[in-house]
Amino acid sequence: MTGILLADRSRAEEFAAARRRLADLGREEAIQAVADLARRVRLSDLDMIGRARLGHIGGDFSVADILATLYGAVLNVNPAWPDDPERDRFILSKGHSAGALYATLAHCGFFPLAELDSFAQPLSALNGHPNRNKVPGVETNTGPLGHGFPVAVGCALAAKLQRSSRRTIVVLGDGELQEGSNWEAAMTASHYGLASLTAIVDRNRLQQGAGTEETKQLEPLADKWSSFGWEVRAIDGHHHAQILSSLEPSQSGQPVCVIASTTKGKGVSFMENRVEWHHKVPSPDQIVAARGELSA
Amino acid sequence: MTRQQTLQAPTYDCRKAFAEELIGLARQDERIVAVCNDSVGSSNLVRFREEFPDRLINVGIAEQDLVGVGAGLANGGMIPFVSAAAPFLTGRALEQIKADVAYSGARVILCGQSPGMAYGELGPTHHSIEDLSWLRAVADLPIIVPADPGETRAAVRWAAGNDGPSYLRIGRHPVPAIGPEQTEFVLGRSIQLRQGSSATVIAAGTMVSRALAAADLLSTESISLRVINMSTIEPLDGEAVLKAAAETGAVITVEEATTTGGLGAAVAAVLIQHQPVPMRILGVPRQFAPTGGTDFLLEYFGLTAAGIADAARTMIRHARS
Repeated sequence: MTGILLADRSRAEEFAAARRRLADLGREEAIQAVADLARRVRLSDLDMIGRARLGHIGGDFSVADILATLYGAVLNVNPAWPDDPERDRFILSKGHSAGALYATLAHCGFFPLAELDSFAQPLSALNGHPNRNKVPGVETNTGPLGHGFPVAVGCALAAKLQRSSRRTIVVLGDGELQEGSNWEAAMTASHYGLASLTAIVDRNRLQQGAGTEETKQLEPLADKWSSFGWEVRAIDGHHHAQILSSLEPSQSGQPVCVIASTTKGKGVSFMENRVEWHHKVPSPDQIVAARGELSA
Repeated sequence: MTRQQTLQAPTYDCRKAFAEELIGLARQDERIVAVCNDSVGSSNLVRFREEFPDRLINVGIAEQDLVGVGAGLANGGMIPFVSAAAPFLTGRALEQIKADVAYSGARVILCGQSPGMAYGELGPTHHSIEDLSWLRAVADLPIIVPADPGETRAAVRWAAGNDGPSYLRIGRHPVPAIGPEQTEFVLGRSIQLRQGSSATVIAAGTMVSRALAAADLLSTESISLRVINMSTIEPLDGEAVLKAAAETGAVITVEEATTTGGLGAAVAAVLIQHQPVPMRILGVPRQFAPTGGTDFLLEYFGLTAAGIADAARTMIRHARS
């Protein structure tokens, strides 16, 4: 295990080849590939959390389909050259879902899959929250909430200044929207007409201790984004075809907010929509049961 | 600079030097952008905006967004000078400075304008005397406090070329030029301005010229003060500190900041562990300032040539007795 990770060359080539193939084959095949990636991400994440005895499995599983769609079919990134200046920028603002991000990046070849075994171990590059200086594919160090979105706005502003067509996509937790910095960023993005920027809200309606609406009401959430000058799209955040469609370019010239309705713990019956699975660690028996459901 | 010169020299607002240098750099490098929080005027960036309207990004009154946007611009290959009044930049956005800039290693130049008690009568909400303490607690963030317009220009040039984060504390309270203009700023290298052997004054920012004036005052009393401009607070020039302690036997630090965690604390940490000598830390003690203009407040807290000279006299007398 090294302090700073490097690409898994063969997997990176496989990723690039698969993306080229999918571009030729079309949408159905892309969606099939995304579904397969999502399944593998959840299974790897389950293993990582089981081994490390820590993690945020509920939010990992609610965002897994979004991550798989982004990396499987949308983002213009190259695992063999993660610093390509013209790459699309992806920022996971809900940094506590690092497990799902690491699994996705590893399955795409940003670093070897075997590194996932080191998750949260002493001196591992794979900290409980992502570190861009150690993990290729990570754009900014997130963890404290309300940080990734302003950084994404800056990424999109840079692209606009450089007249680049590259995109910036940021995933926000819904509970995270209680942080005021997000609304500062939302205003900046619409003020500057950052049409290349997409914010995806992982709307699982649960935060660490309770439901979002009983903690601090977010609804009417779509209206909030609209009134901040964003083009809003509401989708099922586990429906790969819907996720894919929602990531089409802006129609309005304004930044796009995708409100993705999701289920925390998605894919494992006893975790789904249960607040305690925010960061509960499954027992060995539960891991076996979860693996069975996810593999089915 | 002679005594007469230190007392009568013309004085300058370092924000002007900052803005002029930034415009000059921006002409040569289109990656340079200025990012501000409705602080175009107070950051002296009106001319920058006139010349580079697209490259002046104003996020409005939103400091958390300000710093995060700066980190994103850096990610996108720009060189952002994120400029705001120092108390709001470093206080409101401290977690963004920690996570988005320092921990992420983003090439963002944080420009804290009008630090210390430059906002005088506006009161402690607008004083930035804590910035050095709380930024010193953040890893991987160079902290630079230029002492005059020439050093401000040199520090701006250095920061633009440095592939990493930095904090520049840009003074508003007028200061004289303290010496020949530096062609190159070297991070972590202090400058000895007076030889001196009786004691050493280590000063930063607005206090450097006052330390020189204190040395002038004491020169008529057979006290020879060494004066060091410690414009890099982190990483500190520990070698110069230890040399001064060994050669003069007593150290006084002086800064327009709290005495709890800035220059004085940094110097004390070096001395106490390697070369303990008698030491005094001059600055703002742990209290909120009363109402008053900047000059009044600096005098109130003894941050004047006379105050520094008094501290030196007391120390030297104590050491001789």
